[in-house]
Amino acid sequence: MKKMFFPAVIITASILIGLAGCKPKNAGNAADGDAASRVYVPPGKYDELYNFVSGGFSGQVSVYGIPSGRLLRVIPVFSVDPEKGWGYSEETKPMLNTSHGEIPWGDQHHLDLSQTNGEIDGRWLFANENNTPRVARIDLKTFRTAEIIEIPNSAGNHSSPFITENTEYVVAGTRFSVPMDYENGDVPINSYKKNFKGTLSFISVAPTDGEMKVDFQLLLPGMNFDLSHSGKGPSSGWFFFSTYNSEQAHTLLEVNASKRDKDYILAVNWKKAAEYFKAGKGKKVPVNYAHNVYSEETHSATSTMIKETTVIDVKDFPDIVYMIPCPKSPHGCDVDPTGQYIVGSGKLAALIPVFSFDKIQKAIANKDFDGDYGGIPVIKYESALHGEVAKPGLGPLHTEFDGKGNAYTTFFISSEIVKWSLKDLKVLDRHATYYSPGHLCIPGGDTKKPYGKYLIAYNKITKDRYLPTGPELAQSAQLFDISGDKMKLLADYPSIGEPHYAQAVPAELISKNSTKIFRIDQNKHPYATLGERNSKVVREGNKVHVYMTMIRSHFSPDNIEGVKVGDEVYFHLTNLEQDWDVPHGFGVKGAINGELLVMPGETQTLKWVPLKAGIYPVYCTDFCSALHQEMQGYVRVSAKGSNVPISFSLGKNSDANDSLLAK
Amino acid sequence: MKKMFIVCSLALFFAACGGSGDKDNNAAAPESTEAKSDDTTASSESGNPSYDPNRGEGKFHDVQLSDKLDAAMAAKGQKIAELKCESCHKMTDERLVGPGWKGVTSRHKPEWILNFVTNTDAMIDKDPKAQAMLEICMVRMPNQNLSDDEAREILEFMRKNDGVK
Repeated sequence: MKKMFFPAVIITASILIGLAGCKPKNAGNAADGDAASRVYVPPGKYDELYNFVSGGFSGQVSVYGIPSGRLLRVIPVFSVDPEKGWGYSEETKPMLNTSHGEIPWGDQHHLDLSQTNGEIDGRWLFANENNTPRVARIDLKTFRTAEIIEIPNSAGNHSSPFITENTEYVVAGTRFSVPMDYENGDVPINSYKKNFKGTLSFISVAPTDGEMKVDFQLLLPGMNFDLSHSGKGPSSGWFFFSTYNSEQAHTLLEVNASKRDKDYILAVNWKKAAEYFKAGKGKKVPVNYAHNVYSEETHSATSTMIKETTVIDVKDFPDIVYMIPCPKSPHGCDVDPTGQYIVGSGKLAALIPVFSFDKIQKAIANKDFDGDYGGIPVIKYESALHGEVAKPGLGPLHTEFDGKGNAYTTFFISSEIVKWSLKDLKVLDRHATYYSPGHLCIPGGDTKKPYGKYLIAYNKITKDRYLPTGPELAQSAQLFDISGDKMKLLADYPSIGEPHYAQAVPAELISKNSTKIFRIDQNKHPYATLGERNSKVVREGNKVHVYMTMIRSHFSPDNIEGVKVGDEVYFHLTNLEQDWDVPHGFGVKGAINGELLVMPGETQTLKWVPLKAGIYPVYCTDFCSALHQEMQGYVRVSAKGSNVPISFSLGKNSDANDSLLAK
Repeated sequence: MKKMFIVCSLALFFAACGGSGDKDNNAAAPESTEAKSDDTTASSESGNPSYDPNRGEGKFHDVQLSDKLDAAMAAKGQKIAELKCESCHKMTDERLVGPGWKGVTSRHKPEWILNFVTNTDAMIDKDPKAQAMLEICMVRMPNQNLSDDEAREILEFMRKNDGVK
């Protein structure tokens, strides 16, 4: 993929460089003189901002400090993470459950921080999964995935998880149109126009605990929904989605979905749709999807299958959606901080159209339409248009805003970021990126109140930016200072997986709430061992439950006998520590499983089915004290049918052993 | 960070560089103790002339104890100790990970005990008796996140264990 793009990139880049006449040969002379001091965060000092970056095909979310670019944490979300036991511990396995069973991988593209009144409130981070459509909610107290909901009637959940300005809804729009789950899907692919539909799901978010629920789904003609953003201020109550493949092609989309001069931006009056839903409109249809919730009280996840959803066919409710023509397969669909301007970015365009919310409303009121698309009124392009940014670059993708009247758009094909004015649509500045940026992030750049000091570009192609590491290279983030008239490149840093959208926020909003420990006296895990005196080993048929504690630096019990080949052994580890940054780990020799990493006050369970008789060491995997290497134990596994009874102990060398040693 | 604690505590003993080591350590590891007294900062910044090794450091000053045991309070303390303390402390005078509790209330003043169990890290970093004990045990006592009341209840249980009726 990267290789394919590269020749085109070189050509276009060199054309541009030739035009600009200032060829940046390498990072050394591309960054500005004081860049080093701008990104230097002294040892022991905190960064100014948290930066949450999507992991793309890694399925995870990474957390960076800005301006240092230091990686602070990788939060496992849609992919298993044996390092943290995510998807390996019995408690976390249900989080990855879907209607297709437990899935170990996901493709995580976009993030949105929860908002109140259009400003980031620091409570939750929402993350989408493309491949098997899902949306996750990450709790920013614990930096852990708290909830994952599967989306029925969907495929390729790309225009997600964008939120409304008070986090009333998270949206999830389909990239792939497909036959609906509640209809027969075994149809010829070339019956696309008849049988394939798109949906836009509106997932409500409970204001207190954030719990998600698929309220309703808007049913739309088959095409591809790409990206979206909520209205705000004057456009509050509306949502905007970019679409492509209005040609309704089902093969060779590279050619067949790029034929028309214009596709559409879809304007959705979600408040109206929610009113219809609350009034009982729409159709209840049978579906089957998973809703997974993690409890920090029981330290366990539960997965519930939900069997019904409400579908609202927009054909039957003509005042919910309108289409606005937008040139050349629009991708980014971004709303400025005032809520007045909607920026569409055609992937193949050489201009950027900016639509005016007031004009859209006027056009709707005057029925200033140019026919319809699948029954949806199409607003006349000129009637909705605020204006076009002329000759900004090639291949605009995404736009963010600095809150000072300026917009910043990435250009994939011409590999640059262009700053332009919302007022007069004049280009103000441009800066090359290395190479071919997709998304960009200005902290709060999609909210009412951007923190317009930094801009981070997420580049798809890294090529010669870092020491080579074989054929596979890390993708790259580039930090810019945008506080002045001209953008200044400050730093490059590699990223995890493929970063798509990202969010950033001043650190204080989140750091002050960060959980340090789980209180052991509030641990409601059914297999918690509350105090070492309660540690034990219990056999129930062929299941063996080990109630084990961990504290610096021993396990209790640490000698276990009576386990037999083929038993299902469940090690329920409770970390009795109550101090920050003292997790203990747990590994078992030969276990076909990951490790456990148990936080202070938490209980986690590792399942192990021993296949061979013998002695199996267990030990703490996370360096915990000077006597960490002493934090270990033994499990004796006997043959099936053996009569070795269950026994367990701590700190007792047997008499037999002592007498042997005495000899 | 954890490695650093260990390195630092070893350095305390082998290189006797407690003073400067402390400050770096504090800067890198933000406060992990809830109970933080005003004089914590005062004493560490002024080079510690006022440090009272009998009182320790923390929010507890002169703690007055009754001659008689408060049995209900001791029972509460015992419950907490069974959850948070007895993994490492026996009720006899025998050392397990940490020292046995028998006689602890005569070895230390009540305010020292209360300060130590609520302001553990700060005291391990500078209290002579705590440091001497660390040299024997080689494991820093974990801060077990006790509230002031819980600490007092545990002290009452220690008193019961030491024979106060």
